[in-house]
Amino acid sequence: MRWIWIDKFVEFHSGERAVAVKNVTLAEEHLHDHFPGFAVMPETLCIEAMAQTAGILVGEAKNFQEKVILAKIKKAVFYHYVKPGDTLILDAKIESIAPEAASTSGKITLGEKLIAEIDLMFSHIDQNLAGKKFPEENFVFTDTFKSLLQGVLVDGAGSSTPESEQN
Amino acid sequence: MAMSRDEIFGEVQEVLVDALGVDDDEVTAEATLMGDLGAESIDFLDIVFRLEKAFEMKIPREELFPAESLMNNPDFVNNGKLTETGLTELKNKMSYIEIGEFEKDPDINKLGDLFTVNTIVSYIDSKLNAA
Repeated sequence: MRWIWIDKFVEFHSGERAVAVKNVTLAEEHLHDHFPGFAVMPETLCIEAMAQTAGILVGEAKNFQEKVILAKIKKAVFYHYVKPGDTLILDAKIESIAPEAASTSGKITLGEKLIAEIDLMFSHIDQNLAGKKFPEENFVFTDTFKSLLQGVLVDGAGSSTPESEQN
Repeated sequence: MAMSRDEIFGEVQEVLVDALGVDDDEVTAEATLMGDLGAESIDFLDIVFRLEKAFEMKIPREELFPAESLMNNPDFVNNGKLTETGLTELKNKMSYIEIGEFEKDPDINKLGDLFTVNTIVSYIDSKLNAA
């Protein structure tokens, strides 16, 4: 199953940095149970949102030719709860990228408030785990995932800001 | 960038504490990365990236950690042991350390023991001195 856990990109600088938005809503059913009467977005799902933001950044850097898999959570520190109605800004940066893997750093903010710092490592699995074979097709970056970049990245033309944000 | 072995050790220690989530007193010179410090395959890439930043140099993973490419080549491994060719290749690639006892019984299960904190320090030392 592929599911999208960020709503849109607001900035995309190919190979360097991406900024995405995630709106949290009480319509997300898991918030009804986590916790009854005290809805808090699970921190694991904050990590997932950052993994998608940073993962797409890493994937786009190699033109979506690599199968990019979250391999390691290097750091995940949370400072505040995330609640329904919050608009999270996920800011991810590529720290290093090699043929086999990439490492990213990231911050989640809510307005001026720092919510979390999340640093990740991604593996390009065809270049790693030598000997193991993976399917030909890129099961990581489906069209649904790539559609997130529509409007923010024009035909792989590198950096851009969405039209709606430009003056 | 001239650095003494002690200074290099200090930086390497910091890198390993951050990359592997271990305490600094666990990162002794003789500690093995996999056996003693619990490193897994993705950690080796993490370590390489962090070393590149700490020492401001390019580090090809194959150069510092050549084990994986050796083990996947049938010319180099036979019956769970490195062949003569494999041993020569290993010695060429890891010319910055003495492989010592390993040569007498080149069991690939013991290959991991060659990758100690000291191995990284020696590698960085050789790169810095060659520059």
